[in-house]
Amino acid sequence: MSTTAEAASAPEPTRRPLWRRLLGFNLLSAVILGVAGYYLGWFLGHQVNGGKSFEYMAKTDENDVALLLAYFFGVIGFLIGLGFANYPLSRLLGRPASLREKESHGISRYFGLCTDHKVVGIQYLVGIGVFFFVGGLNAMLIRTELLHPVPTFVGPNQYLSLVGMHGTMMMGMMTSGILGPFANYFVPIMIGSRRMAFPRIEALTFWLLMAAGFILISTIFFGGFPTGWTGYEPLNDQAVMGMDSYICFFALVGISMALLGLNMMATIMTMRAPGLTWSRLPIFVWSVYATAILMVLAAPMLIATLLMAALDRTVNTSFFIAGGGGSSYLFENLFWFFGHPEVYVLALPGFGIVLELLPVFTRKPLWGYRLAVSGMLGVTLLSFFVWQHHLFVSGINADLRPFYMLSTEIISIPTGFIFLCVMGTLWKARISFSVPMLFCLGWTFNFLIGGLSGVFLSDTPSDTDTHGSFFVMAHFHYTIMGGLVFTFFAAIYYWVPKMTGLRFNERLSKWHFWLMFISFNSTFMPLFVLGMEGMPRRVSTYAPNLQGLNVWVSISAFVLGFSMLIFLFNVVFSLIFVRARAQSNPWHSKSIEWQVPTPVPVNNFEQIPVFDSDPYDYGTPPHMGGAEPAAAGAGA
Amino acid sequence: MHPGNRTTHYGSRRSGCWSLIATPLVIFLLGPILPPGNGSEQASGKVTDNTVLLAMATPVLLLVLIYLIYSIIAFRQPKGGALEGPAIRGDSKLQTAWIVITSVLVLTLAVYGTVRLEAGYGAGSGSGPKPLTVPKGPKLPVQVIAQQWMFTYRYPTYGGVETPHLVLPEGEMIELHVTSIDVIHSFWAYQLGVKADANPDVDNVVFVKPTKLESFDVHCAELCGIWHGYMYDTGRVVTPSAFNVWIHEQQKRFAPATKVLPKYSTTYLPEPTRRGE
Repeated sequence: MSTTAEAASAPEPTRRPLWRRLLGFNLLSAVILGVAGYYLGWFLGHQVNGGKSFEYMAKTDENDVALLLAYFFGVIGFLIGLGFANYPLSRLLGRPASLREKESHGISRYFGLCTDHKVVGIQYLVGIGVFFFVGGLNAMLIRTELLHPVPTFVGPNQYLSLVGMHGTMMMGMMTSGILGPFANYFVPIMIGSRRMAFPRIEALTFWLLMAAGFILISTIFFGGFPTGWTGYEPLNDQAVMGMDSYICFFALVGISMALLGLNMMATIMTMRAPGLTWSRLPIFVWSVYATAILMVLAAPMLIATLLMAALDRTVNTSFFIAGGGGSSYLFENLFWFFGHPEVYVLALPGFGIVLELLPVFTRKPLWGYRLAVSGMLGVTLLSFFVWQHHLFVSGINADLRPFYMLSTEIISIPTGFIFLCVMGTLWKARISFSVPMLFCLGWTFNFLIGGLSGVFLSDTPSDTDTHGSFFVMAHFHYTIMGGLVFTFFAAIYYWVPKMTGLRFNERLSKWHFWLMFISFNSTFMPLFVLGMEGMPRRVSTYAPNLQGLNVWVSISAFVLGFSMLIFLFNVVFSLIFVRARAQSNPWHSKSIEWQVPTPVPVNNFEQIPVFDSDPYDYGTPPHMGGAEPAAAGAGA
Repeated sequence: MHPGNRTTHYGSRRSGCWSLIATPLVIFLLGPILPPGNGSEQASGKVTDNTVLLAMATPVLLLVLIYLIYSIIAFRQPKGGALEGPAIRGDSKLQTAWIVITSVLVLTLAVYGTVRLEAGYGAGSGSGPKPLTVPKGPKLPVQVIAQQWMFTYRYPTYGGVETPHLVLPEGEMIELHVTSIDVIHSFWAYQLGVKADANPDVDNVVFVKPTKLESFDVHCAELCGIWHGYMYDTGRVVTPSAFNVWIHEQQKRFAPATKVLPKYSTTYLPEPTRRGE
């Protein structure tokens, strides 16, 4: 258990022979222990469930207890292999434990437990990127199937598995899409701290998410799951073993989310540098804070709900089974109590990115800082009071529908604040259309459409016709893909030059934006029409008269997929082959993360900075006139 | 800041003009083709609702869009320039005005939605076992039973006969009782503007008054397993006399089946649907 201390003290670990380097706590041993744990759980599960022999195990393919235990022990083994048990064990044995892990240079720190928040940020970016592409690939297969009004490409079971995997992957993985990579990397720097409050937990959230991703993909070996990302009961209870992968995936995502949120909250509350008052906090940090509150309060609900679902499936409890005294309403209620805040977990960081980037590219201070903050906190608070708008036609609490209608429509007021701040910042600005700015402007258009289409869904009479149709699908793709994914790319183009010290190819980046923006709208705009014409969600067969529009949508979706390939090519081409050095502050930002050296030193700052203003000190005061060069740091 | 002031006026005047032109265009051109048509009182009501919502959303959309396009064109950084914008950090009057306007819009929407929902007897939505507003006068109860992967329909006032297709009389208030005997489904009669989830052990009531002699599509709108996409059917709205003829024919035809059916009840406690049981 003392290897970590040795590794930390050994100055040149690269000199050791390869076999020695592969031993120890790293990804390789984690995978080996993970697989071992998986089979241990599988074996125990079969012992518990009737004490059958290995022969029986080989023949049977339906044992939920075995699979859930296998996943459980697999994840535990994986984490032990990465070295997460070292610290608590050393403390238990009374030995001095290493407070920091792998905070050195070299490529190997990316493949293990590392407590450097910058390494975790990059791990997150790559890890989430991989699963984002897997989820996107599922979407391509879904659209291929929908080229024809009758199934031709995949069977109905595979189709539903694709739909479920696409939805679950995107909703699960992308919850940390911005908080994982960018908040982990930049929040400590932006608040003038050397690290996160809980660096080990920070690493844990990432590796839990990676384990979860592989568990979700493993559902294809167990028959997939037919419920979509919502996992409604009692279909959930009825489904084959692939459903356990869904349960395990989402529970792990929930744990990862809750821990990530706690870590962010603790960091922002306790580790701000001197002078960085709440009213000087960068708006991105505020959005992270608001998101963290949602994560901490909503995710435990998901974990508890899935535990109940797992108990229903394994030990025959009846939480959600009407025949046994339970209720399918209970699951819907609990799920959406998590599920609606979850939607804002996806949207809020996007608000933060847009408002953080706009001042840089408009050369103006953020317009209406306090309004933006109150908008974000207002959304955070209200998002816990709207969940039953997902259940307007379900018959649950029908008398309360006017209340949920009101609360849902009220949430558009704080969301409107964000729009006013965007519009105010653009006024009389000096806009330069760099790629991150283009993505931010793309967000503005997409979220406007997404928000206004939400008006139809929040109105109960109108929602009766659009609920469960392609209209809803179009709406939430506009808010989540148009809202989150566009800002995700804005953040990538804006901050990756800082994270890697390398710059992207400008022409390819612009191609990526324009192709993505146009094909995104051309994919999802017709879905509003399809929904209004009565096409339900999650079907692989539809009325033949809708084929024309569906073919149009599918082809646009393929172009959208192609634009992602341009991005991928850009990443490989620019960051691996060309490796052109980025300027130290290519956007002339006044925010502090651009004032520290590239690559950012392990400790971020030689001396903890003292802040005397917010980072939006752009522009010339109206009474002075004349342009100032953009150079001075925010307070570093 | 002369140019700025001039552009303000241009901008607001221009976008105001566009909204003035576009909103009536949207109402008159798009309004009539909005879903779900006028197959029932509820459906026609919702065409009105959708038109009202569209008429409220259009000016907002246009104002914001025109503002965005205008700013993108007017407020560019000159090529190769490094000019700074004015350091305006907010405007409390504008912020207050914005909050007031959006609040008024939102409250109007909520009040309008509530009135339309309750005055329309649920506006064709599943309103739970005890709806808040119930239409007066005679109603024809029809039970919709969902199961994997079909809908069947029971007419309790006609001896509880269960039919595989839905036929409704025109011009009569129908009281649909939607329930499920296995997983969650959703009964969606598109042209009638009806959608109601079918939950096991729950009686979900919908009021609908068909006004048009036509056939309508029935879909399942809640994912219910692998053949969810195939859970569709066509129902018919017929004249009351034709309905009478049809229902008596059904009673005769399904008499042997009616005898062995469980007694009519608002819900049927489903058998546990676990695997292997």
